[in-house]
Amino acid sequence: MSEQKGDRQLDHAPGGHKEGAARLSTYLAGLGLALLLTVASFALVGSGAVWAPAIPILLAVLAVAQMGVHLVFFLHITSGPENTNNTLALAFGVMIVVLTVGGTLWIMAHLDHNMMPMAAVAVP
Amino acid sequence: MSGEIADPRHEGSEGARSDPPGHGEGGPAPKQVTVAFGFWIFLLSDIIMFSGLFAAYAVLAPNTAGGPEGSELFELRLVFVETLCLLFSSFTCGVMSIMAVRQRSGATYLWGALTALLGLSFLAIELYELTHLVREGAAPTRSAFLSALFTLVGAHGLHVAAGLVWLTVMIGQVATLGFTDAVERRLLCFGLYWHALDIIWVALFTVVYLYGVMG
Repeated sequence: MSEQKGDRQLDHAPGGHKEGAARLSTYLAGLGLALLLTVASFALVGSGAVWAPAIPILLAVLAVAQMGVHLVFFLHITSGPENTNNTLALAFGVMIVVLTVGGTLWIMAHLDHNMMPMAAVAVP
Repeated sequence: MSGEIADPRHEGSEGARSDPPGHGEGGPAPKQVTVAFGFWIFLLSDIIMFSGLFAAYAVLAPNTAGGPEGSELFELRLVFVETLCLLFSSFTCGVMSIMAVRQRSGATYLWGALTALLGLSFLAIELYELTHLVREGAAPTRSAFLSALFTLVGAHGLHVAAGLVWLTVMIGQVATLGFTDAVERRLLCFGLYWHALDIIWVALFTVVYLYGVMG
């Protein structure tokens, strides 16, 4: 029965190169894209080119895009079936990160809102 | 058929043929895959630890206690050079892993040394920046904002320092043990670790420095 195994697709190690697929061009493409996004982020701050209230959102978008570039081009995380385990683990990690950061900011903003103003607290 | 022990994983369903291993069918994956996957889980847990530090920083950043604010302290040009150092070291680390897969030791040493050099420059600039802050009176004891800043930036810097030690050890292992399976696996894990540090730095320079200078 073991002959069945032959044509099966193997799981892919995160960051690993499939045989013969260690490609310099992938890393070069990743470097170029990441450089572009980094320069865009730094140029955005302090230049008057963009409506000021939009800058924080644009910076967040650029940062998320650059993390995506790192994941795909440097860590070789793809949507392929051999990568399902890696992608699922990543999705779980992202969920916990969003819960931690979002939940903390949400709760602390409410606590802050419900605090007595500092001026009203009698300071001896 | 008579003496064979039936393995339920392999018994004649049509689905067993098409399902890749790691989905409960087809037996254990190669060691390189399981080791890298385990290390990937560790990295994700490390990122979750950083998310706690990020959350603390985001909450404490406005609490300057009358001390200096981020917009007065941060020098964006330095941070930009730091960012470039780490990004290029991520790239040279990738080239090093290609050379390691091809088992070319000379090229592995060269790109490994470049990675270490760029990582070291990053650390030097960060150390200069932090000592400069302390000398300006913006020490971590000054305000909650500065405590959170030093904790977050320091935690990332410590990770980079640990990565540099690891890289040195790996170069030594390539030199003494050669490209054995174990050394290849460790090099793969080191690459994952180094790239993950760069991902954390992307979040860090955006949240701390770029948002910081906008006030």
